[in-house]
Amino acid sequence: MAAAVSPAHDPAGDRGRSGSPDAAPKGRDRSHSSASHPASGPAAQPPRAVLEGPDINRALMRIAHEILERTKGAEDVVLLGIPTRGVPLAARLARYIEQFEGARVPHGSLDVTMYRDDLRLRPARALGATRLPSRGIDDRLVVLVDDVLFSGRTVRAALDALNDLGRPRAVQLAALVDRGHRELPIRADYVGKNLPTAKSETVKVYLEEVDGRDAVVLIKKERA
Amino acid sequence: MNRHLISAADLSKDDALLILDTAEELAAVSERSVKKLPTLRGRTVVNLFFEDSTRTRISFEAAAKRLSADVINFSAKGSSVSKGESLKDTALTLEAMGADAVVIRHRASGAPHRLAHWVHGSVLNAGDGTHEHPTQALLDAFTMRRRLGGIEGRRVTIVGDVLHSRVARSNVLLLNTLGAEVTLVAPPTLLPVSVHTWPCQVSYDLDAVLPKSDVVMMLRVQRERMNAAYFPSTREYSRRYGLDADRLARLPEDALVMHPGPMNRGVEIAAEVADSPRSTVVEQVTNGVTIRMAVLYLLLGGAV
Repeated sequence: MAAAVSPAHDPAGDRGRSGSPDAAPKGRDRSHSSASHPASGPAAQPPRAVLEGPDINRALMRIAHEILERTKGAEDVVLLGIPTRGVPLAARLARYIEQFEGARVPHGSLDVTMYRDDLRLRPARALGATRLPSRGIDDRLVVLVDDVLFSGRTVRAALDALNDLGRPRAVQLAALVDRGHRELPIRADYVGKNLPTAKSETVKVYLEEVDGRDAVVLIKKERA
Repeated sequence: MNRHLISAADLSKDDALLILDTAEELAAVSERSVKKLPTLRGRTVVNLFFEDSTRTRISFEAAAKRLSADVINFSAKGSSVSKGESLKDTALTLEAMGADAVVIRHRASGAPHRLAHWVHGSVLNAGDGTHEHPTQALLDAFTMRRRLGGIEGRRVTIVGDVLHSRVARSNVLLLNTLGAEVTLVAPPTLLPVSVHTWPCQVSYDLDAVLPKSDVVMMLRVQRERMNAAYFPSTREYSRRYGLDADRLARLPEDALVMHPGPMNRGVEIAAEVADSPRSTVVEQVTNGVTIRMAVLYLLLGGAV
C-alpha cells in the first residue's frame, strides 16, 4: 500500500522530482507517485546487524562486572533466564562472574508462558522449561535475564511467576538489548545496549547456543 | 490441534508429543508449594458425568482448578436427567451458562461426538461407553515415557477385557501413533469382532507374550457391561489371563505393570503384583492430573 509509506521517505522522493515545478502538489498524491517508485518503501532495506559476535560478549562481560559491583560480590545472586534466549545469556553471565571473581552463581530458567497476558490472542503455545537451582530462590537476589526488553509485559509475567515459586529478597532485571516502547512501569537494572527503534521494527537476537551464531539484528518490518 | 478431544485418533504424532512435552513441564507445578497457575482464569469447565467415576472426575477437577478455571460438577444422579431430560437439552443448558469446555463421561459410545455438534466450547471425552477414553491413553503414554525414557519401538501388551474397554482402544490408537508395538491378549470372547482392523497384534496366550513385553497393561473385567457369559468362571479367567507373581517373574526385569483402575484384585491382577514397585498404578493417577492440565491448557489456553 503506497499510502502507508512512512513520512521519513517522502522528502527524498520529493527531492528526486524537484526539477519539475509540479512536484510539490503532486507529492501529496502519494498513492500515485510512490507506487511507480521501486526504491521507496522500508521493505527494500536489508536487516542491519546492531551487535556482532564479540560485541555481545563484551556487553555481557560489562553486565557481569556491574552485577558484581552492585551486589558486592554476587554472593546470594541467582540468575534466571527467560526462555528461549535468556537462558543461555544467564549461563554466560554466570560463567563470566565466576571467571572474574571466582564466585559460583547458580543459574536456571523461568518460563513465563502460563503467566502471559496475551495468551488469548494466539493459539496455545508450547511451554519452555523452568529449572530452578536446587537451593531455590527464597531470600536470594534474583536477576532475571532476557534478550530483548520491549513492552515490559514478559517481565511482568516473570514477576508473577516468581511470586508463585518463592520469595526472593529482591529482583533485578538484565537485558541484552533495551529497545524502548515500554507499556508498563518496568525498567532494567543492567542493559547491554540501548537501541532506539521504531515500533514497527523487529529486534532479533541470535545466540551461538540456539542459532549457531551471535548477532543482534534490526529488521524493518515489511509492509503488506 | 483440534478444538475437541474425542478420540485418540484425532491426535497427530505432533499433537500427542506436544501434549506430553507440555505435561512434562507442568509436572513440576504439582510439586511446588503454590500448586496453581493463572492461565485459565475466567474460563468455565463443566464436568458432565453420566456414569460413575472417582479418578477421572476428580482428576479433571483438580487439573482445571490448578489452572484457575471455574469448575462446575454435574452428575446425572440428583439432576434433571433423572426426570428424563435429554442430553441435548442438558447441553443447551450448559451452553447458556457459558461453559468454555465440557468434560463428558457417558454410558453411550458416541455421546461426546454428538455433544460437540451442540455446544460452542471444547468437548473432552472422559470415557464414552466401550468406545474411547483418550486422556487415559495420554496419561498411560506419559507414564511409560517417564519410566522408560521413550515410547518409539517399545512393546506394549494389553491384557484382558478388550471388548468392553475404552481404555484399550484409545491406547492402541495413541501408542500406534507414537510408534510403539501393541499386542492385545484376551480370550476370543472378549475381543471385538473388528479387532483385525486395529493397528496391533492379537494373541490368546499371555505366557508366550510376557517375556517380549516392555509394558503389561492389565484391563479391568467389566462385569457391569457383561450381559452374557464371556468366560466359564472368574477362577479360570484369572488362571489364564491374570497377572500373578509367577507371571511377573517372567517379565523382563525393567518392564512396567500398568492398570487404569479401578482394580479387581485377585481377578486380573494379584494384590502382590499391584503393590509391587514395578506397578505404576499410583503414578498413573498423579500423571492423570498433569496430562489433563496439559490438555485443558492446549485446548482452552490460547485464542479460541
